[in-house]
Amino acid sequence: MTITRTAQSTTRILRFDRVQRSAHWANATLFGVLMFTAIPLYFGSFFGIVFQRHVVEQIHLWSGLALPLPIIVSLLGPWGQQMRRDVRRFNYWTRSEISWMRTLGKSPLEADKFNPGQKLNAIFIGAAIIVMLATGSMLQWFRFFPVPWRAGATFVHDVFSYAIFAVVIGHIFMALTHPGSLRSIFTGRVSEKWAKTNAAGWFKEEQLTKDSPEPR
Amino acid sequence: MASANTHPASNEPVKRIAVGRRTILGLGALGALGIAFGNSIQNFLGNAFGSGLGGILPGGDRFRIYTITGTLPKVANHDYRLKVSGLVERPKTFTLADLQAMPVTSFTKPFQCVTGWRVPNVEWEGVLLSDLLDTVGVKPEGVALTFESYDRADTESLTIDQAHLPDVIVAYRMLGAPVTTEHGGPVRLYVAQMFGYKSLKWLSAIRVVNTVQPGFWEQNGYPVNGWLDGSTGPTNPEPSLE
Repeated sequence: MTITRTAQSTTRILRFDRVQRSAHWANATLFGVLMFTAIPLYFGSFFGIVFQRHVVEQIHLWSGLALPLPIIVSLLGPWGQQMRRDVRRFNYWTRSEISWMRTLGKSPLEADKFNPGQKLNAIFIGAAIIVMLATGSMLQWFRFFPVPWRAGATFVHDVFSYAIFAVVIGHIFMALTHPGSLRSIFTGRVSEKWAKTNAAGWFKEEQLTKDSPEPR
Repeated sequence: MASANTHPASNEPVKRIAVGRRTILGLGALGALGIAFGNSIQNFLGNAFGSGLGGILPGGDRFRIYTITGTLPKVANHDYRLKVSGLVERPKTFTLADLQAMPVTSFTKPFQCVTGWRVPNVEWEGVLLSDLLDTVGVKPEGVALTFESYDRADTESLTIDQAHLPDVIVAYRMLGAPVTTEHGGPVRLYVAQMFGYKSLKWLSAIRVVNTVQPGFWEQNGYPVNGWLDGSTGPTNPEPSLE
């Protein structure tokens, strides 16, 4: 059986390779488990009787320790070329991207593969993983830290978890209201039309390297 | 600024700023500051907003409810008994009404967990442990206490000297209400100068013994003397009731 993709309208461009999609969903699963288990741990007064706290704690602990793995593995392996390239995109911003973010999307922008909002989401998640892992470890191995630090770590862990809930819910909301983008994290591909509309800069860049084979 | 200038494939070099690295370093620094000063911020918020609103602020007055067994023992008020036995002149089993008929001691003091969280300004009310011991009369050879819980798992210990500190109570009211099941009600221990694990919940029995028997958490590696200041002895034998 052969599938031919000739018509302009059906041309699909690779946005996320397999490594990136796996990393995203592994990361999303861990975040989901951590957020789900965080609720009864935080609101202990209400959930104390319903849940086996110890079991919930262990799930939260081990998911937390595993949290950096999807990103590290997908970045560092020989398979991580696309991943590393996108991390550079997240990191380096042009002046017009910065002003687009400052004006909340009102200033003109020929968008990169990711718009500044998407970049900020990725950056925040990266920072959140580092901070939550550090403070969470201090809560688990508290004996090595003075009591005021333990209290401070609890405070930071709580405040960041509030922010994570807000950002993740926002991320899911944006995904559900943007079907083209949402589809690409499942299939890896976007239509040319999507790319021209949402990532014009990236689209032009892709056209220049069009003939090179795309990794899948 | 023309948007074409920002195009990555343009021949003209585009100035790029490492926003990602800066943001991550900034948030990391915020986290570090929070670890260093979060305790003070939390105390400030707790004092500014009191225990009501403080409870909904992140890191505010929030108890984490721990149990060893995974369940919370439910004991009805009329079924509650506190058995005081061992090296005493007059062993006695107290009902909740017996405890409530004794002289009342109340104060507002923080609850500090060994893992770091802290709830400032908790209102405590109950019977001084020393009053209770005076009622039963400790024999001269009695040097320590062993506490037992309705959860049939947790145990605790105090020396007789520690038990006579003026801020160690057998509490039946907490946070302005009868002690709830989650908090160890109807009756729990509260040892103000030690970490929370010393304040045994669902108190069911006190035995006066001739040697300190390390309790559940001590057998799991916590200090037998859980002084908040980390010292190994009663450095503050006559503490002020703050």
